[in-house]
Amino acid sequence: MLKGKAFKFGDGISTDHIIPGRYAYLRSNLPELAKHVMEDADPDFAGKVNKGDFIVGGSNFGLGSSREHAPLVIKMAGVSAILAKSVARIFFRNAINLGLPVLICDTDGIDDGDKLEVDLAKGTVYDKTRGGKLTFGRLPKVMLDILDRGGLVPYIQKYGDFKL
Amino acid sequence: MGKTLAEKILSLKSGCDARAGDIVIAQVDLAFAQDTTGPLTIRQFQAGNFERLANPKKTVIFFDHAAPSPNRELANDHRLMRQFARETGCLISDVGGGVCHQLVAESLAKPGDVVVGADSHTVTAGGLGAFATGMGSSDVAVVFALGKTWFRVPESIKISVTGEFKRGVMAKDLVLQLIGAIGADGATYKALEFGGEGLRNLKISDRLTIANMAVEAGAKAGLFPADRVTRAYLNHQKRGEDYQALAADNDAGYESQININLTALEPTVAKPHQVDNTALARELKGTKIDQVFIGTCTNGRLEDIATAAEILKGKKRHPRIRFIVAPASPQIMLDAISAGYIRTLVEAGAVIMPPGCAACLGLHQGVLASGEACLSTANRNFKGRMGSPEAFIYLGSPATAAATVITGEITDPRDVF
Repeated sequence: MLKGKAFKFGDGISTDHIIPGRYAYLRSNLPELAKHVMEDADPDFAGKVNKGDFIVGGSNFGLGSSREHAPLVIKMAGVSAILAKSVARIFFRNAINLGLPVLICDTDGIDDGDKLEVDLAKGTVYDKTRGGKLTFGRLPKVMLDILDRGGLVPYIQKYGDFKL
Repeated sequence: MGKTLAEKILSLKSGCDARAGDIVIAQVDLAFAQDTTGPLTIRQFQAGNFERLANPKKTVIFFDHAAPSPNRELANDHRLMRQFARETGCLISDVGGGVCHQLVAESLAKPGDVVVGADSHTVTAGGLGAFATGMGSSDVAVVFALGKTWFRVPESIKISVTGEFKRGVMAKDLVLQLIGAIGADGATYKALEFGGEGLRNLKISDRLTIANMAVEAGAKAGLFPADRVTRAYLNHQKRGEDYQALAADNDAGYESQININLTALEPTVAKPHQVDNTALARELKGTKIDQVFIGTCTNGRLEDIATAAEILKGKKRHPRIRFIVAPASPQIMLDAISAGYIRTLVEAGAVIMPPGCAACLGLHQGVLASGEACLSTANRNFKGRMGSPEAFIYLGSPATAAATVITGEITDPRDVF
């Protein structure tokens, strides 16, 4: 069971909100890069987020660039999962490839600061603050297997190939 | 039932009867990374202890996003990439070599290929009939090692095109109108497949512009058939042997169809801070602009520069405008010099950048200050993309950009003819 606080964002959070292109020069210095996580959506986010917390977005979360640094700095910030109504394709794949769960569910009922518990196996989000319960869709098997191994590189190291 | 372009290509490359919704493993014909995604790709490749590339001659490292290097951190990243290329024997396009997607179109991709790049605008090669899509560094590192990857076969939306552009209207206006209509997530996980009798009026430069921005509607691919226009382009590039005709089946299944009449389109602009926030250029008359940027994988081709030169011949930039031009490849730069376009643009007040991404993503060569506004021919206007998060980015065609250079405010190009 994952437990943490919700950090709520709106629709259309782009990879430039998550980690702006102007910090590309820090991409080989990840601890420094991670200080700028979500900076253009909430400049104080890096200072407020705690290990285990959740990012809760609206629709089309993570649109834009292919930069894997976007889910990487979110993972480095200690975020245990991203919840959103819909997620852009490349960001979705990148997050799973890093072992960061992305859960598609109706996030309208979750407020900023709500205490959440997520049961990945059951596919359920419990909003402990509001007493609500949400279900999220299952991932394709190949993505579940990648998530289970902690990411794509460990998955390929284990199996030597993709297995469908 | 027949197959869409996406289903045809993924069937061929996976050896399965690939249908929308299926998950397949497909052979990859070309894989690449660039200088902002390449270092992590290389580190993931090393983390996997992969050691050898599956196909060194189908693996490319491009230097375009910040090249030549503007600071020591990126210089170190460049050094890592050159060392990787030396050790693995992959192809390398070093500084000044041009924008990855333009070089893929000019020299590397062909109809029916599967192309994977660590850059979201990899979709550009769909203009030639390749199934081309962007992925992150881990995915591309694994493609480097195995020469294949998994795909969910996308549903396709058919975009049927008729008519031809009126003067002053360009492919950029078409794709901005389309994204404005369906939204920035209107095609998420899907392919946009273009067809219809109007395609004969869309040159490869137009098709590359349109395919390039498919991802701004969330699409996995933007696909054009390979036809006589494609064959003429490949012949011009001395790659006639790379041509094969490619078309969707007449009874292919589409999720939906959108009809676009080219003749009815007008110059269109995306306003800050999302690409689907569109308006007609004439509706934005009076919007003051500080910098105009013509270039990128979207609109840095010879036809784009020719359009700008035609409008700016004998004219001068507005005194407030900083006017930046970056041809997308050395071939385009040389052709633009031979045709006199570069002279015309410099006389009008342009600063010419080396072939590369230039000001597009806020790393160098035209970073915006707080409160400034830029009219750019690029593909993204997200908050903070070109520098300050307090700057404003408008996206338009090269014709709209050139007209804006003259007046200093967003201008419908038909007002300056």
